[in-house]
Amino acid sequence: MTGLLAHDALLVAMVAVLFGAIIGTLGIRGHRADWVQIAFGAVYANFALVTVATLAMIYALVTHDFSVSYVAQVGSRETPLFYTVISLWGALEGSILFWAWVLGAYSAAVVWFNRKRSGNLVPWAAVTLMFVALFFGILLAGPANPFHAVFPVPPDGPGPNPLLQNHILMAVHPPLLYLGYVGMSVPFAFAMGAMLSGEVMSDDWIRITRPWLLVSWGFLSAAIIAGMWWSYEVLGWGGYWAWDPVENASFLPWLTATAFLHSAMVQERRGMLRLWNLNLMVGTFVLTILGTFLTRSGILSSVHAFTTGTIGYYFLVFIAIVLVVGLMMVAGNSDRLRTTGRFESAASRETVFLLNNLFLTAFMFTVLIGTLFPLVAEALRGLKVTVGEPFFDKMTMPFVVSLLFLVGVGPALPWGIATRQQLKAKLLPPIGAAVVMAAVALVSGARNVYAVLAFAFVGYSAFANVREYWIGMKARHAAHGEDWFTALRRLVGGNRRRYGGYVAHLGVLIVALGIAASQSFRSEREATLKPGETLTVSGHTARLKEVWGRQEPQRAVIGATMEVLDHGKVVATADPRMNFYPTQSAPVPTPQVISSISGDLYFNLMAFDQNGSHATVKLIVQPLVPWIWFGGGVVVLGAIIGVFPRRRRRTAPAAVRQPVPPVILPIPREGEA
Amino acid sequence: MSKRNWGILAAVVLVATFGWLLYGGLNKNVVFFLTPKELLAKGADGYDMPVRLGGMVKPGSVKWDEKTMHLQFEVSDDSGTVAVHEVGAPPQMFQPGMGVVVEGKFGRDNVFQATNLMVKHSNEYHPPKPGEKPEEMYKTLIKGSTP
Repeated sequence: MTGLLAHDALLVAMVAVLFGAIIGTLGIRGHRADWVQIAFGAVYANFALVTVATLAMIYALVTHDFSVSYVAQVGSRETPLFYTVISLWGALEGSILFWAWVLGAYSAAVVWFNRKRSGNLVPWAAVTLMFVALFFGILLAGPANPFHAVFPVPPDGPGPNPLLQNHILMAVHPPLLYLGYVGMSVPFAFAMGAMLSGEVMSDDWIRITRPWLLVSWGFLSAAIIAGMWWSYEVLGWGGYWAWDPVENASFLPWLTATAFLHSAMVQERRGMLRLWNLNLMVGTFVLTILGTFLTRSGILSSVHAFTTGTIGYYFLVFIAIVLVVGLMMVAGNSDRLRTTGRFESAASRETVFLLNNLFLTAFMFTVLIGTLFPLVAEALRGLKVTVGEPFFDKMTMPFVVSLLFLVGVGPALPWGIATRQQLKAKLLPPIGAAVVMAAVALVSGARNVYAVLAFAFVGYSAFANVREYWIGMKARHAAHGEDWFTALRRLVGGNRRRYGGYVAHLGVLIVALGIAASQSFRSEREATLKPGETLTVSGHTARLKEVWGRQEPQRAVIGATMEVLDHGKVVATADPRMNFYPTQSAPVPTPQVISSISGDLYFNLMAFDQNGSHATVKLIVQPLVPWIWFGGGVVVLGAIIGVFPRRRRRTAPAAVRQPVPPVILPIPREGEA
Repeated sequence: MSKRNWGILAAVVLVATFGWLLYGGLNKNVVFFLTPKELLAKGADGYDMPVRLGGMVKPGSVKWDEKTMHLQFEVSDDSGTVAVHEVGAPPQMFQPGMGVVVEGKFGRDNVFQATNLMVKHSNEYHPPKPGEKPEEMYKTLIKGSTP
């Protein structure tokens, strides 16, 4: 019953967006404002209907309604309520449903906030969003229908994939990723809107979508970090990034979106890169769909790939349509696009942004080609190959270290043209920090040239970054006698866009430091221990206390208690475990990590004896890993600061709900209070 | 040449160099996924290149030295057998007759030196087959004992 109702809601939603897209197009062409309003109504209707379907699915999951195919596939009476609810996105059909809901929510919100804006930009963007929604509607009606009726109704289901119910981060990573991925549809829709309405020479599409892009970018950044963290905490190999295709899938649009965040500023400030920005946004959207294709079509064998079916072909067709239409639109508009500014000097911020875009794009293509190569090789020549991690490590490192360096250079340079004095005053002092960091890395035993460069450039850019706040704070302190904290608060609050970017930069540098240190100075050993025996890895000693077992409602748990010793005294314990789920033939490893600010002790139970007489335990010592997670948080904080333009005084009448275009502030002069 | 043409030429050179570097990088780092039969069929070409070898753990071939952590076994398919050597403990699920994927290189001594041993499909959702009893592995440890 629930299933039937929900399926009908999805079908009506699909008809609504199809109708809305058509009447919207006709309304814009025929100058019929009332038709455009109906199209906006279709956007809201779609959101309401998909919400009904999503709630129906949650209800079916919670009430264990196994007559609904998706529930029969992922539900189980033993699964705790929390994991039952989040299994909404635990498998293919549910995740497509959730995806459609997020898209519906974004579309409804962006149309609502911009509904009074004149011109054809918003209507065309709404039409584009409805076409995207139509694609997901078709998926839900056909190959990814989660509401098939199952008969006879099974008494119980297998439960969600144990790997996905083994850790709390699995509740966090997928929704963050969807919010990031799907959010990229909004800037894409406005880029298409700008081209369809011929408003490419006004930079409105960039101004309107800036907060939306930043929100999506923040979610995507958080999702990538959460995915790394999950893989680290759950998979038991002690790493967080393996250039796995599904990881790359989330990273590719992040690279182009990051490039766009920078190049959009060049367009706004200097009137350049208009054509490039349209291409970047079309590309970013295509990469999100490609990522969905890679992770949801079953083309890869991994924890993300659920089924093999026909759904992959739908994605390929959609990607082809978006690419062809998008690039044709860009080409058709290219004669209308004029560059109103020009490069005045190589020593300027726009030059650095241009390099930033060049490196980020080349980075993206490198990862993209490495990711797609095995698929192409198999499709064309029937070869089963993978592209090894060394390819990605070697090929991307030049871009990574260059970008780390540019983080320190870009903000230090002015727009337009930099004088010799400015260059000296800004670029020379951080060199000291770079030398210190490189020396520390070399003394600690780093020998890889890129690793040493990464340490040096992190030092350089972090120094330059912190110095920017310091100069501003000092000026405020001197001018207004503000205490240091107030000075910092007002400095950042007074130009959130600028300092939001700096905070995000600082976060990226912290992440980079964590990765460089943990990759360069990792050491590990595994040993088979009897209770009382010890294992020592680079100065850290742990002793096996006992091997134990315990039955829990939904699983059996086998663990090895390890005591961390310091001069013979127990200072901490860890219980790496293996969880046996009745529905899974292999146990799920459950490593345990003891974290401190200086790094992690990572314990994983590799094997155990049935009588508890011995266990094989792996201990990995990795410096600075927690800095990666913390730095990810700082990146997100930067995005949050940057999303909100300067706070407006409350004198504006509450009735005026006009969208507030982001305030573009002049760059504060050096030492400006 | 005009400024514009110089720009186009520079872009072409840049893209070509980039493409060439990528191509070289790919050639050096492609890992082939092979069965024992396919690996042996390569003859001398099969030595010393990164390979993922997939097949069945041959019953009776497993030798595991707990002290030195040396693991030896043979991977076979319908018509070929390759000896594998790895340093490290076998995964808990490792047992003769099961499917495995080993990552490493086939040495000139005709022993496959593995750097990584994966129980096949360990990441995938895989309900126990009829007759398979994972609980046999651990039930002796469960007697209400807690850590």
